[in-house]
Amino acid sequence: MFEGYLLSVLVWLPIIGGLIILFAGDKVAPRPLALAVSGITFLISILLWTGFNSSGYQMQFVESMPWIETFNINYHLAVDGISMPLILLNTFITVLIVLAGWEVIKKKPAQYMAAFLIMEGIINGVFAAQDAILFYVFFEAMLIPMFIVIGIWGGDNRIYATIKFFLYTFFGSVFMLVSLLYMYSQSGSFAIADLHDVKLGMTPQILIFLSFLIAFGVKVPMWPVHTWLPDAHVQAPTGGSVILAAVMLKIGGYGFLRFSLPMVPDASSELAWLVIFMSLTAVVYIGFIALVQSDMKKLVAYSSIAHMGFVTLGIFVLFPIVANTGSTEGSLMGLQGGMMQMISHGFISGAMFLCIGVLYDRMHTREISAYGGVSNKMPWFAGFFVLFAMANTGLPGTSGFVGEFMVILTSFKANFWIAFLASTTLIVGAAYTLWLVKRVIFGAVANDNVAALTDINRRETFILATLAFFVILVGLWPQPLIHVMNDSLVHVIEQATTSKLVGQ
Amino acid sequence: MLISTIIGASLIPMQFAVPNFAPATPEIFLLVATGLVLLIDLFLKDSQRFITYALSQATLLITAGLVIAGFNDIYMAEAMQVTGKASITTFSEMFVLDPMAQVLKVAVLLITAGVFVYSRPYLFSRQMYKGEYFTLGLFAVLGMMIMISAKTMLLIYLGLELLSLAMYAMVAFRRDDGKASEAAMKYFVLGAIASGMLLYGMSIIYGVSGSLHIDHISAYMRTHEVMQNIGLLLGLSFVIVGLGFKLGVVPFQMWIPDVYDGSPTAVTLFLGTAPKIAAFAMIMRLLVEGLGEMVQGWQQILSILAALSFIIGNVVAIAQTNIKRMLAYSTISHMGFVLLGIIAGSEMGYAASMFYIITYAIIAMGAFGIIILLSRNGYEADQLNDLKGLSTRHPWYAFMMMLFMFSMAGVPPTVGFYAKLSVIQAVVSADMVWLAVIAVVMSVVGAYYYLRAIKLMYFDQPDEIDSNGDALVPATAGLDFRVLISVNGLSVIALGLLPGALMSLCVMAIQTSL
Repeated sequence: MFEGYLLSVLVWLPIIGGLIILFAGDKVAPRPLALAVSGITFLISILLWTGFNSSGYQMQFVESMPWIETFNINYHLAVDGISMPLILLNTFITVLIVLAGWEVIKKKPAQYMAAFLIMEGIINGVFAAQDAILFYVFFEAMLIPMFIVIGIWGGDNRIYATIKFFLYTFFGSVFMLVSLLYMYSQSGSFAIADLHDVKLGMTPQILIFLSFLIAFGVKVPMWPVHTWLPDAHVQAPTGGSVILAAVMLKIGGYGFLRFSLPMVPDASSELAWLVIFMSLTAVVYIGFIALVQSDMKKLVAYSSIAHMGFVTLGIFVLFPIVANTGSTEGSLMGLQGGMMQMISHGFISGAMFLCIGVLYDRMHTREISAYGGVSNKMPWFAGFFVLFAMANTGLPGTSGFVGEFMVILTSFKANFWIAFLASTTLIVGAAYTLWLVKRVIFGAVANDNVAALTDINRRETFILATLAFFVILVGLWPQPLIHVMNDSLVHVIEQATTSKLVGQ
Repeated sequence: MLISTIIGASLIPMQFAVPNFAPATPEIFLLVATGLVLLIDLFLKDSQRFITYALSQATLLITAGLVIAGFNDIYMAEAMQVTGKASITTFSEMFVLDPMAQVLKVAVLLITAGVFVYSRPYLFSRQMYKGEYFTLGLFAVLGMMIMISAKTMLLIYLGLELLSLAMYAMVAFRRDDGKASEAAMKYFVLGAIASGMLLYGMSIIYGVSGSLHIDHISAYMRTHEVMQNIGLLLGLSFVIVGLGFKLGVVPFQMWIPDVYDGSPTAVTLFLGTAPKIAAFAMIMRLLVEGLGEMVQGWQQILSILAALSFIIGNVVAIAQTNIKRMLAYSTISHMGFVLLGIIAGSEMGYAASMFYIITYAIIAMGAFGIIILLSRNGYEADQLNDLKGLSTRHPWYAFMMMLFMFSMAGVPPTVGFYAKLSVIQAVVSADMVWLAVIAVVMSVVGAYYYLRAIKLMYFDQPDEIDSNGDALVPATAGLDFRVLISVNGLSVIALGLLPGALMSLCVMAIQTSL
């Protein structure tokens, strides 16, 4: 039906749908409309999965037409095994967000739904763009709806949080823009595939790598540029937190795979220690910070940072392996682990924030100390919450286990101590998550407010149940996902280990 | 007998040829029409002032039509084949018509027409709805068009003075207002000094090169060691001081905030848009076409001016509580960005600057339009706090203002992003990455105060009372105003989604003109 335009449909359908809802206003049933748009988008995105040819790394569903001819910029969309699952994750999560905001959002529901739909389209664009400037446009445009979502529907300190969020990410990305322009001046093209091939000397490579590190590191977010995330998460409405944790953070990891590794392989290799150091700091140090949080959302936000540390670790552990063993054998599993961690974290963190949203809607507080004994009043909810908490700690059988296990296993090849430090997360992560569960869910009913709680309704059950399904499905049977990504990741490794230094 | 001998012998050495008027038809029409408007206005009662307005608009639109009418196309195509440049000259080569001039003139004329639409309700409600605003405006436009088409330094100066004198009078238009008079005085004194500097620089260059004509100066420079010539360097410095004043870049920016703030908003709106385009043309003619051989010299100076402009402009703008002052400092930083493309010294760079200045004029026009929309007599709505809760009071206008602010901040998919992208691309390809890095960092600083305006509109609750302490009444505007502000706002996003056409137009204009 959309032969040849599938990706364009996935980008523009939600945006146009969002605009229609925006201009139709609150009176014209914004919620069902938004559900319809996001649902149709999700169904269409399934065609990506079914029509995807997972052998070979070549780009698929290619669309290309000239956009700004003066600068040789093209409207060029395509996906490979790395970006396709992320698009599906995005379209899936957006449906849940629309459902999650169904009753809670009373203020300007049309604008709320429109913002999320427009954001969905833009994020699909980020993952599908094959032209660096097109990528950058989507990358930045994404900030606008998020800025508004946090600023209008956020908590008490939302304005500080949203401006911090915007400026942090904007600051990160402008350096990337200069790098892209520099590479354009060397290659005469903005096509990402051409930028993969451009020869660069070591100094430019290092500078470009650092600029990408700022851009994507802020997005991931990596220690020490993570401080915007807890603020943004705590202040954002539930839907904002979910999209932020489940999808937006993945753009950082995706950026490393699509830009840093293939475009500046020598600098990536040279500075891999820096990224690994930052990742391990995130895993260990941020894990301890999560332990002492008294706000549930903040706790999950810090745990997100720690889990995303595994993504960057899994990607960059490739280089020490090559340095130690002289071959890339075994490093593929690190990248696969990083990708699996991204997808799985999308489900788990989304689910955790939705769970906190469920509690917040009833009690209007996120303070852990205000809860206690929730399981007595909300048995179904408690069941889901415990499942997601277990997945968050990396229990085998859940999706959280797969990625972390693969990354840790790969790290052993590089260095025992990297693996050792990474595995501490199994203890620290279990500590903060289980302690959270203990304080919130179990025990005797803590106070009258908790005693007045009612269990999740059908809508909430549906949301959490679908997420639980995917958490367990990916945990038990990750093979299809790994298979889809495999050839593209092999290609990335190939690119990342082929020197691009001028004169070679 | 005697007389005819003298005339024949010495006063007119050559046969007097009737100049080709065709290239200057729009200017000639504008002059005649402006004179007529001035004359007709004399006989109108205050209640009939609409006629002056309508005639002025018609004049602008017809002039724009004449610019693009194409009766010079044949000659331009011919010139293109002979010299590779589609520029034709007339009036003893003093006046030039090339594609760059055409594009810039159309931009000036259309933007001025928009400015008149925005200004009318403002003037009307403040007993300033006089014919003088429009006729002075038309004379200023004539000055700008002459600047754009000037091929000798003398003509550049004449056009500039025609523009400046009209502007001085417009700033002082509200003569019973102390702030406006102060602004006018400042503007006049500093403007006069700047003109003096420019003229002095021009006279030095004339003294060294022996010609006022841009092409002759350029030809002289090609055959001489210009960077060793103290006279020329001195002349260049003075010219840059003059240009810096007119464009409003650091350290010659002192007048901008005061004049923007003190002038009636309708005049600020005019001052902050169309004349910037003319100033760009002046830089192109003087520096690029005339002193192009001294590119190393002016590249260095302009790099410093540009860097200082976006540093000081953006940082100081953060401290402002008045929107007009904030936009004044933001203008300073934007002019720094415009310089970036010129600094690059390449055709792509000039085209990028041209794209930047045209789109900036469109955005600035819209932003000032919103301020006018929110104000009424006795209440200027020029405090940032007056934007509070605008999205609740006027969602559509707030959306438009948000587009203008995001565009000024350079966030895609608004057109401001492509403007910044193209100038930064130009400096990066000129191997001045350091300047590009300062520019992008400063655009992050700039994003803060634009975001603050959006925050006030979208995240804050509206006050019940305005900054004067009076109860807020909803802003009202005529249909023409509402349509134009919507077109203005949507053009920012439309040009953002499809910037290709305007960008190609700028590149084509520069390539066939220089």
